[in-house]
Amino acid sequence: MAAKQDFKRSFQRVNEIIEAHGRNPVELISILQEVQEEYRYLPEEILNYIATAMRISPSKVFGVATFYENFSLEPKGKYVVKVCDGTACHVRKSTALLNALKKKLELKEGQETTQDLMFTLETVSCFGACGLAPVMVINDEVYGKVTPEKAEKIIDEIIKEEGGRGNDQDH
Amino acid sequence: MKTLKINGREVTFSNEKNLLEVIRKAGIELPTFCYHSELSIYGACRMCLVEEKKKGLIAACAIPPREGMEIKTHTLKLQKQRKMTLELLLAEHERDCTACDKNGNCRLQELARNLGIEKVRFEKKDKKLPVDNSSCAILRDPNKCILCGDCVRMCEEVQGIGVIGFAYRGSNTVVTPAFNKRIREVDCVDCGQCAAVCPTGAIVVKSNIDKVWEAIYDDEKVVVAQLAPAVRVAFGEAFGLKAGTSTENLIIAALKTMGVDKVFDTCFAADLTVMEESKEFTQRFGKGERLPQFTSCCPAWVRFVELNYPSLIDNLSSCRSPQQMFGSFVKNYYARQLGLSREKVFVVSIMPCTAKKAEAAREEFITSGDPDVNAVITTQELIKMVKEAGIVFEDLKEEPFDMPFGFATGSGFIFGATGGVAEAVTRNLAEEVQKFKDVRGLDGIKEARLRKDNREIKVTVVHGLKNARDLLEKIKAGEVDYDLVEVMACPGGCVGGAGQPLPNNLIKRSQRARGLYDNDNRMQLVRARENPMVKLLYEKWLSTPCSEQSHRYLHTSYRPKRRIEGSDIRFSSEKGQMDIKVCIGTSCYLNGSYDIFKAVDKKIKENNLEDRVNLEATFCLENCNGSPCVEVNGKIVDKASKEKICRMIDELA
Repeated sequence: MAAKQDFKRSFQRVNEIIEAHGRNPVELISILQEVQEEYRYLPEEILNYIATAMRISPSKVFGVATFYENFSLEPKGKYVVKVCDGTACHVRKSTALLNALKKKLELKEGQETTQDLMFTLETVSCFGACGLAPVMVINDEVYGKVTPEKAEKIIDEIIKEEGGRGNDQDH
Repeated sequence: MKTLKINGREVTFSNEKNLLEVIRKAGIELPTFCYHSELSIYGACRMCLVEEKKKGLIAACAIPPREGMEIKTHTLKLQKQRKMTLELLLAEHERDCTACDKNGNCRLQELARNLGIEKVRFEKKDKKLPVDNSSCAILRDPNKCILCGDCVRMCEEVQGIGVIGFAYRGSNTVVTPAFNKRIREVDCVDCGQCAAVCPTGAIVVKSNIDKVWEAIYDDEKVVVAQLAPAVRVAFGEAFGLKAGTSTENLIIAALKTMGVDKVFDTCFAADLTVMEESKEFTQRFGKGERLPQFTSCCPAWVRFVELNYPSLIDNLSSCRSPQQMFGSFVKNYYARQLGLSREKVFVVSIMPCTAKKAEAAREEFITSGDPDVNAVITTQELIKMVKEAGIVFEDLKEEPFDMPFGFATGSGFIFGATGGVAEAVTRNLAEEVQKFKDVRGLDGIKEARLRKDNREIKVTVVHGLKNARDLLEKIKAGEVDYDLVEVMACPGGCVGGAGQPLPNNLIKRSQRARGLYDNDNRMQLVRARENPMVKLLYEKWLSTPCSEQSHRYLHTSYRPKRRIEGSDIRFSSEKGQMDIKVCIGTSCYLNGSYDIFKAVDKKIKENNLEDRVNLEATFCLENCNGSPCVEVNGKIVDKASKEKICRMIDELA
């Protein structure tokens, strides 16, 4: 129950964030960004709380949170794996890379995040690093010229570092 | 006077807020979807595009008029442009016109006809979004939405609530309540004004017509109808009469033709309400208790207070609205007079209002499964029923109301316009026959004073819930001081209710209100206490205003309501011995519940009680009078403090 325990750590932070922005509705986007950093996504009840604390309507907060691609209303994994599918990466077989990762992470059709909330797999349109195509980014780490085999190895290493799958020690 | 040219002709203008108003004043109708003179300018539908000599294509709604402009409103280029825009809107729209509630009344349909759209070149969307039928008042079908945003701005700017908003982006954009919840799960007050401004069938008034037909054709049932004041001055609009024309006798004839057994007047019930409400006011004013007294006739306003201002709930008059008083005396008194059980009598209300549908469904007004008011239909629905029944309006012969509940004083009529309830109550309180014209009209806030027993009674009237919110904030801050406050949720009062025929704009509302005041002027008796039929009801059944009997049947109570359905924020998943839920809803939050939360959380951590105490933050325990509240093992602790809750934890440990 990793996600639930997360709240314990960060609910205090939500208040600090709102206060730091002086409860100013104009700063809603920054507040949501910081809250998302804390939770890795924007849980409904927290958005509701933000609306209450800032005295704006929940529908407005929801509108902002769904407008921007960067905000997620679904829980994200500890490691967000972004595979570039821009033109340069696409011709360098990013599709094969993506399929390999899906298989490796045991993701079903339409599923982005693993059950244990360890990994989220996403595609992006361009990192601007086309010379390294195909490119994969995990959290802030950039990997260039990635083959399916190389990608699997990187994932294995992370799992090893985390002490194995399904044993989410971080949380 | 400044001038500009429209289609080559010189036109003068002064302080019109945009070009569109100048053009319309010049007698040229430009099509619009997203423009309403009472709402902010959005400029999204692009239907009002015009050509300006220097600037090229501009949206007339979004540009102020300037000296020397040369405008063309209709050119080949513009006509093509408008047609194209409309075609694109139609491409997004579910074109299921024959089976749509708005058929024949739809702005999209009308403009497609006027602009000569013969073919839509784009295919229909295959994605179907779910229809939201959770509300008693409105039905939302997002597949018919053209994203003009009229409903969003109405709800936020005029009503000050913001139940619905835009969400997502680009082709996925929708208008929805927060978190895709259904209307019934959020803080909608059922005023229906969103439906009144929706140009398509995306938000419509929920129909109860079938229920009424069923009752009419049921031989076992006696169908008793009540007719609200605002309906009679708007009904005729659908049959070519001017707004404000009184048509009650034609409506009665139509209802009788359909098979309704008795038709009574809600204005009678309004007189009864005035008797109760003015007595209640006298008692409260005498003791200086729970002032200002808020009127409680408008169910959208009542729900607004329950959701947003729990600390002011006690200020609401305990009187039921005229609709519910009517339902109560018909079911509990009149049915017995007829020798029938209450279930055999079917009460149908004909109202200008969508919130009345929700009011009739409130649990307080249901006795062992049988509601006091069985069905509520709006003016719009009545018009449909008349057409459905094949009644030729022009051939109707006027008929009078049935007795004993068919007679009202002038006070009863004016209930349908903003200021009416306050004026009726004040008239009843005054010693002399007196009318209070200061509270009439469409100004957002109005005031009147009455001297009684050497004291001054300060009365104020607001309409539109945004105005009400502003007033309540001032009352809470102690900036203003009133004794009696009338609030109607809809702009203009009930004459502007969402169930009224479309268009439902400022001009129509003031014409309808005038019709009601004309009725009042025709009456000899203008004070509720002069109504002989009301007196009779007191003699035979209720004894006196605010007696035990009338409290039982004509009064009610209110309670705080949660604004949004949703899960609580949990902080542990283990099952401990002690469950603590700290309320962080608005009311408790403002009273410092977050500090309690922090203290409890700290306490748990310091004493390593994580396994024994479950801590949750919840959004509303519906006990706002006691805020801040904390629920401990299922029991609510009122006016909780961190010390108190920490002590309770100590007792456990």
